[in-house]
Amino acid sequence: MNVLETFRTAAEAVVTRRLRSGLTVLGIMIGIAAVVLTVGLGEGAQQQVSSEITALGSNLLTVSPGSTTSSSGIRGGFGSASTLTRGDATALSSKVVAPDVAEVAATTSSSETLVAGRSNWTTTVVGTDPSWLTVRGRSMTEGRFIAGHDESTRADVVVLGSTTAQELFGLRDAVGQSVGVNGVPMTVIGVLNTVGSSGSSTTADQDDQAIVPITTASTQLFGGTNRNSVGEILVQATSSTTLSAAYQETDAELLSLHSVTTTANADFTIIPETSLVSTATSVDRTLTVLLGGIAGISLLVGGIGVMNIMLVSVTERIREIGLRKALGATPRVIRRQFLVEASVLGLAGGVLGAGLGLLVAWILPHFISDPITISPVAMAGAIVVAVGIGVAFGVYPAGRAAKLPPIDALRSE
Amino acid sequence: MTTSRRGGEDHSEPLLDTDEVWPEDTGRQPAVHPAVIEVRDVTKTYATGTLEVEALRGVSFDIDAGEYVAVMGPSGSGKSTLMHILGCLDVPTAGRFSLAGEDVSAMSEEELAHVRNRRIGFVFQQFNLLASLSAWRNVELPLIYAGLDRRDRRIRALAALDRVGLADRVEHRPGELSGGQQQRVAVARALVTDPALILADEPTGNLDSVSAREVLDLLDRLHRSGRTIVLITHDADVARSAQRIMRIKDGQVFDPVPTRTSTGPR
Repeated sequence: MNVLETFRTAAEAVVTRRLRSGLTVLGIMIGIAAVVLTVGLGEGAQQQVSSEITALGSNLLTVSPGSTTSSSGIRGGFGSASTLTRGDATALSSKVVAPDVAEVAATTSSSETLVAGRSNWTTTVVGTDPSWLTVRGRSMTEGRFIAGHDESTRADVVVLGSTTAQELFGLRDAVGQSVGVNGVPMTVIGVLNTVGSSGSSTTADQDDQAIVPITTASTQLFGGTNRNSVGEILVQATSSTTLSAAYQETDAELLSLHSVTTTANADFTIIPETSLVSTATSVDRTLTVLLGGIAGISLLVGGIGVMNIMLVSVTERIREIGLRKALGATPRVIRRQFLVEASVLGLAGGVLGAGLGLLVAWILPHFISDPITISPVAMAGAIVVAVGIGVAFGVYPAGRAAKLPPIDALRSE
Repeated sequence: MTTSRRGGEDHSEPLLDTDEVWPEDTGRQPAVHPAVIEVRDVTKTYATGTLEVEALRGVSFDIDAGEYVAVMGPSGSGKSTLMHILGCLDVPTAGRFSLAGEDVSAMSEEELAHVRNRRIGFVFQQFNLLASLSAWRNVELPLIYAGLDRRDRRIRALAALDRVGLADRVEHRPGELSGGQQQRVAVARALVTDPALILADEPTGNLDSVSAREVLDLLDRLHRSGRTIVLITHDADVARSAQRIMRIKDGQVFDPVPTRTSTGPR
């Protein structure tokens, strides 16, 4: 009995018991679809996180203000102090002090409502230096970025993110228009390029922000007592290999500027970009493994379904098995027939499951913000796994069928 | 297939339910009529728990090519066990059984399957047709296991169905056929491999008298065309259509004809 014949017989047996085979296939199908989707979600999330973090700029160190200890000994929360100043940023940009630092940008930000004509939009307004553009790795689609003279003259100019520009002006040209920020009329001088990362719990939307000169921000927009204090200092190392040298130089310089002797008492925190990446991806990986585990369990349940249906099938077709043996089927042929039958169920479940996974991966992003990336390798793998499950859970029932003595099988009613 | 010299002879003459010697069985020449079945001192013991049941107690007989033999006995006589051994569905506990010159008493399950496929055509009381397959697909089943390709299988299956008079029912499923027609499909399936032996186990047990007659007439025709047939039954009327009747009781065969090579009383 050749392979084609075995396959035909198996397929006929599956089709004859349509409803039951269908339900068994459904079990495998759901399991496979769940695995395909979980893997797709995991891959999608990892791609998103790494692209978002790349969008923040490369070889980056973020210096945040540390906590303060009040006179009564109560420590404030992380970032509660305003210990960083524009002076710190200026010092760090010195090639003598920090030779491995390429660019430094001090930032201070606040959420403000922007008004243009009758439309208004609340977004993050960032006051920063001209170097921000390089540090963040951004470029302009229209107009120009803030320049040195804007900063020295505290010019009332603003650069908008692409989303912000669209929200305020729609399809009209934003450059040259006037925008009211906190009641101060400012002129739009440029629009940033689109990075396309929609923002998540890890990072803010990089396309929805308004950039103003830091001097303008601290004197005219945000107010506050200390006009020299800044929210964050972004430090870009000259290359990825000098990142740790830049870290040490920044650390040493800030410690001495702030007259702190031990690292433990530092009133600032330096976070390298890489740690952000690894934290974000490791969180996602944990989730993927967890979800994958659940999906795997559903696949296991599907496999047990195959075994169950095959055992029922063997019991039910005991006469057929006996007859086939009487007509000359060897135990090996019977075993193979049932194994192929089980793997046909697995194959059908695998192909349909992969299809269902693709379909859901196409529909789901319309309802949730997370992207799903399904690779052909994952699809092929899922189908192979499904067939494997069919075979693995078919071995025992097939063995039972093969071992049935023909007389017992024929005798049974 | 060896043609029978005795084909068509005397089978219409009513057989008597006695241990009378069948006159035609003497004086046969072994060279012309090689024995299809040679059973020598075969015993079969079943162990059910601690109890040992002797289903066959030293049975010896021959059946020659072209013979039509009925094995008759009440239930529990060892009739089924004998049928299983003759059908190579089971092996004897002791003794020797040769089918078409091949000793099958010590064969593995795999070898037995091949012997069944090539040498034996079964006809069962329950027909044992697969309900999901059409008549010709049922008939081709043994040929699948014999390794024939689909085209040859179809040609031979259709020819076999033609022989049993069902040429116009080849695409019908068993459910669409009468009991008699189903049993004729089963006979076609038994014929299709051109076996040395057709083994019919109560072939009329599930049929009304008209259909039963049809099936027995069919077996009769097959016998006349030279087939070797062993018919197992408890029904004396059915057994009467055979040439020779072997009675089986309490695991022992009372063959009215002493076998050619056997010596002694059994």
